[in-house]
Amino acid sequence: MIKLVEKRKPDTVMMRDVYIDQLIEFAKSDPNIIVLDADLMHSNGTYRFLEKFPERAINVGVQEANMMGIAAGLSATGKIPFTHTFACFSTRRALDQVYISIAYNKLNVKMMATDPGVTAAYNGGTHMPLEDIGFVRGIPTITIIEPVDTVMMKALLKDITYSYGPFYVRISRKTTIRVFEEGSSFEIGKGIVLREGKDVTIIATGIMVAEALDAADLLASEGIDARVVNIFTIKPIDRELIEKCASETGAIVTAENHNIYNGLGSAVAEVVAETCPVPIERVGVKDLFGEVGDVDYLKKRFNMTAQDIAASVKNVLLRK
Amino acid sequence: MLTDNEMKELEIFATKIRIETLKELGYLGFGHIGGAMSIVELLAVLYGKVMRYDPKNPKWEDRDWFVMSKGHAGPSLYATLALKGFFPMEWLKTLNRGGTDLPSHADRNHTPGIDMSTGSLGQGISMGIGIALGHKMDNKENYVYVLLGDGECQEGQVWEGALFAGNAGLDNLIVFIDYNKQQLDGYIDNINPLGDLRKKWEEFGWHAQDVDGHNVMQIHEAIQRAKETKGKSSVIVLHTIKGKGCTFAEGIELNHHMKFNEEQINDAISALQKEWEEKERDLR
Repeated sequence: MIKLVEKRKPDTVMMRDVYIDQLIEFAKSDPNIIVLDADLMHSNGTYRFLEKFPERAINVGVQEANMMGIAAGLSATGKIPFTHTFACFSTRRALDQVYISIAYNKLNVKMMATDPGVTAAYNGGTHMPLEDIGFVRGIPTITIIEPVDTVMMKALLKDITYSYGPFYVRISRKTTIRVFEEGSSFEIGKGIVLREGKDVTIIATGIMVAEALDAADLLASEGIDARVVNIFTIKPIDRELIEKCASETGAIVTAENHNIYNGLGSAVAEVVAETCPVPIERVGVKDLFGEVGDVDYLKKRFNMTAQDIAASVKNVLLRK
Repeated sequence: MLTDNEMKELEIFATKIRIETLKELGYLGFGHIGGAMSIVELLAVLYGKVMRYDPKNPKWEDRDWFVMSKGHAGPSLYATLALKGFFPMEWLKTLNRGGTDLPSHADRNHTPGIDMSTGSLGQGISMGIGIALGHKMDNKENYVYVLLGDGECQEGQVWEGALFAGNAGLDNLIVFIDYNKQQLDGYIDNINPLGDLRKKWEEFGWHAQDVDGHNVMQIHEAIQRAKETKGKSSVIVLHTIKGKGCTFAEGIELNHHMKFNEEQINDAISALQKEWEEKERDLR
């Protein structure tokens, strides 16, 4: 069951803090929860876990590959390790370790990948992961989650922690727009219809969900009735819901904080092509490297605003 | 210290492992022969004397762990595990065949007795560190043995692990390096030399020893010294010969992966069987 906030605005708490507080709660009664970080404890907020449980928090230093391997080994002894580093380093820097040491070995590591997409903001192009979903989506067994806001992050953490298997979680460090009311609940693998509509479906993930809802408001004022769906489990994706939306609304626009290649848009397009072919447009970074700037600048720079989504809806409707 | 008889028994076990490894590869006609043969005395000492394990319960929680980071040496490890009863000897005929439980590189999800899947070099040391940390957290006394190849030590991840473990003081972690001086493309010294590995690891904070990797007594004593060293991880550099004990592989520069015919394999097995019989006579 979910409930949307009446007026969307920036949260008062950061996602990293809500996450780590909840993990600390679980760790109080579960000695198997281990936190690993690669010299980003003060960026990721994991130093707070270190303060509570020094014997169960490991700062490996700047060694992302080693961290993934150590996490795999810890998991082999029954621990539940959570790795933390920026999403770019979780994948580009340590992908073979994620693939072999963790996934191929069928181990239970939770990879918390911070600063996804344009939220890498002031760290700029070198640190901006716009391709990480593509890397991870090609690895069997890894569940990919992209929480929308702090309410969702907190609500999902129990299932992430206690569902055996590797998880890749694209988590914002800072404040995001609050979309859900406290008390909302979510099921991994199930998409959510946030707003009903019959003309088109906008399927969005992460920070693009708020933009998609804004776009639907803009479109409503022009007489276009857009359905808005959140897919927060990018793998395994909710094929049933996507097929239903394609069939009922006849056109789809995806919106993601990622390259339009190999991310949500590609995943949705695969399902649509296989089940109910309808026109699709994809909003996201159009195969470009990242850049430095604040998130609002970067959303505009890469055509990822509510206005851009609304424009894509109009384009897709012409092809319906 | 091993008694004279214990030493001879381990040497006989080593020869048996070599014979079964060659038979296993012989069914196929090709394979990673060089690096499988150079580690045989280590396998004989670990599985013949040192490690705690239960072949009927490979996941026994009080076992010692073995992470063979140079995963391509699977064939001699499989021969060892089969000889110790982890699975039927018949399995050795299936190496690398479609649907087998004995793939060329060690795989924990297929083979009883394999603790970690390896093959992408450099990763075993980090996994070994994680296992050692997990046991320390639970105050358990299991040892973790990790085997690295020498060519593998060209991987950056090995030195990430060396630095971390050197600082972490994990005395339940013992790493071996199979220093046979050869890698896939030839002699290491002609490609990217490793220099004095013992000194390098000492600089990284490890208790480090050099031993003759084909001398079971020296290997056994080095492991005992490693276990007596508290508060430090240990590395044992095994000076070995790639292809050791295989008539057509030993002394050949490109023996990492070889093709061979029936006559070659039969001659090599006959030579080892003769060696075995002599050792058995000597023991009696």
